[in-house]
Amino acid sequence: MPHEHSSKQYDLDLEQIRSKVLLMGGLVENQFNDALECFRTGDADRAEKIMQADEQVNRLEVTLDDACSHLIVRRQPAANDLRTVMATIKVITDLERVGDEATKIARAARSMKERGVAAINHYETVRVIAASAGALLHDALDCFARLDAQQATALIAQDKAVDHEFRSIMRNLITFMMEDPRTISTALDTLWVAKAVERIGDHAKNIAEYVIYVVEGKDIRHTDYAASANNKAKD
Amino acid sequence: MNSQLSAVPAVSAPRATFEIADLNFFYGAFQGLKNINLKIHEKKVTAFIGPSGCGKSTLLRTLNRMYDLYPGQRAEGQILYNGRNILEHGLDVNMLRARVGMVFQKPTPFPMTVYENIAFGVRLYENLARGEMDERVEWALNKAALWGEVKDKLHKSGLSLSGGQQQRLCIARGVAVKPEVLLLDEPTSALDPISTAKIEELISELKGEYTIAIVTHNMQQAARCSDYTAYMYLGELVEFGETDQIFMNPGRRETQDYITGRFG
Repeated sequence: MPHEHSSKQYDLDLEQIRSKVLLMGGLVENQFNDALECFRTGDADRAEKIMQADEQVNRLEVTLDDACSHLIVRRQPAANDLRTVMATIKVITDLERVGDEATKIARAARSMKERGVAAINHYETVRVIAASAGALLHDALDCFARLDAQQATALIAQDKAVDHEFRSIMRNLITFMMEDPRTISTALDTLWVAKAVERIGDHAKNIAEYVIYVVEGKDIRHTDYAASANNKAKD
Repeated sequence: MNSQLSAVPAVSAPRATFEIADLNFFYGAFQGLKNINLKIHEKKVTAFIGPSGCGKSTLLRTLNRMYDLYPGQRAEGQILYNGRNILEHGLDVNMLRARVGMVFQKPTPFPMTVYENIAFGVRLYENLARGEMDERVEWALNKAALWGEVKDKLHKSGLSLSGGQQQRLCIARGVAVKPEVLLLDEPTSALDPISTAKIEELISELKGEYTIAIVTHNMQQAARCSDYTAYMYLGELVEFGETDQIFMNPGRRETQDYITGRFG
C-alpha cells in the first residue's frame, strides 16, 4: 500500500513543512520554560533575550503560511493531505500566540525587577499552573508529531484543570489586593502571568483538537468532545 | 401539536433514476466491469473517477446501450431505468438514447449548420412546424449558454465554432430532444480553462432539470461539479458516496490514495 505520493517533490514539500512546525514548537516550548525561569529568578537580561527570540517564531509563522499557500496552489490537496495542511495553518497560529504569551511573562518579570520586587514569592503562586500548562504544551506537540488521536483526546480534558487552577489563583490574588492595596501592582503582574499560562493551556488544547481533525476527519472545536469520548469509553 | 408546528418537510431519500444491480460487462473474453451495484440519483450529478482502464467510460456506455454498436461487447445483470431493465432484449434503444443523451470528450458537431445540428435530432422524434422548431433550437442553445454567441450564425457550419462552443453545441443538441439524463464522458478534457469553467457552470444549472453522470480525469472538477462520486478500479466500484465526504474523508484507503496522488 503506497504511503508516498507519486510526486517525490510533494512528499519533500510536506516533510519540510512538518519539520519547520516541529522546530517552531520546540522554540516556543523553550520560550515558555525560559520565561517562567525568568519570572522565578527576576533575570532581566534573560527577559530581553526571550523577547528577541519571539522574532524568530514570528518569522517561522510567515514562512510556514507561505509554504502552505504554495502547497495548496500547486497540489490542490484532498482528504488527509488537505486536513493536514489546514491543521498546520491553524497550529502555527496557536504556536505564535504561545510565543507571544511567553513574551508577556518575560515582560512582567522585567517590570517587577525594575520595581525592585522579589520574584520568588510570586513565582510560587503560579508554580502549579505553570507545570500543568507546560506538560500540556509538551504533550500536545508530541501528539501532533505522532498524530496520536487517543492521547489528544486525553489532553483536551486536562485543559479544564488548568482553567480551574487559574480561577483559583485569581480568587487568591483578589483577596490579597482587598486586604492590602499596596500589593495591587504586583498582584496584577502575577495575574497577567497566570493568565498567560492559562492561555498557553488553551492553545495546547487547540493543537490536540487539530490532531483529531487530521486523524479522524472530525472537527470537534466548540464541542464537549472529551466529555462525550469519556462517556463512550465508560459504556 | 407538533405536527402543526413543523413546517419543514421531512427530508426524503433521493429517488434513483438508474438502479444498477450485479452488472458485469465483457469485451469479448475480457471482463471490463465486475459486479457493479450502484444507484444514480435523480437530478443530481454523479461523477466517476479512477485511473485509465478502470471501467468508468464502460459503465457510462451501458446506461444508454451505446455498446450495442460494437459486436463482441455484452452486458449481464440489470440496469433499472425508471423501473424497466434496459439490458433486456426488445428494448427500443433509440427511444432510450433520446431519453439518455451523451456528450463525448471530443466535440462531435455534425457537418451541418448550427441550426441543423439541433434540429436534426429533434426531427427524428417530433414533428414540429417551422416556428416551433425555431423556438426549440433557440431554447436548446439557451440551455447550453450558447444562444448569445451563435444567434447571428445559425446558418454557419457547426464546425466553424471554437472547441468550447462546439462542445456546448453538442450539449444543446443533447438537451434539444428533452432527455431525462445527460451522460458526459470527459466533456472538458479537450478544452481550455475558460471553456471548461463555462461548461462546469452549465452543468450546475442543468442539474436542476436533468440527472447527470460525468466521467472525469480531473479530480477537482469532480469535487466542484458533483453531488456524488464513484471511485472505480480495475472494473470494480471501490467506493461510492457524497462528494464532500469522498474528497474530505473517504472511507477506503484505496480511494484516499487515488485522490491524494499516492497511487502507485
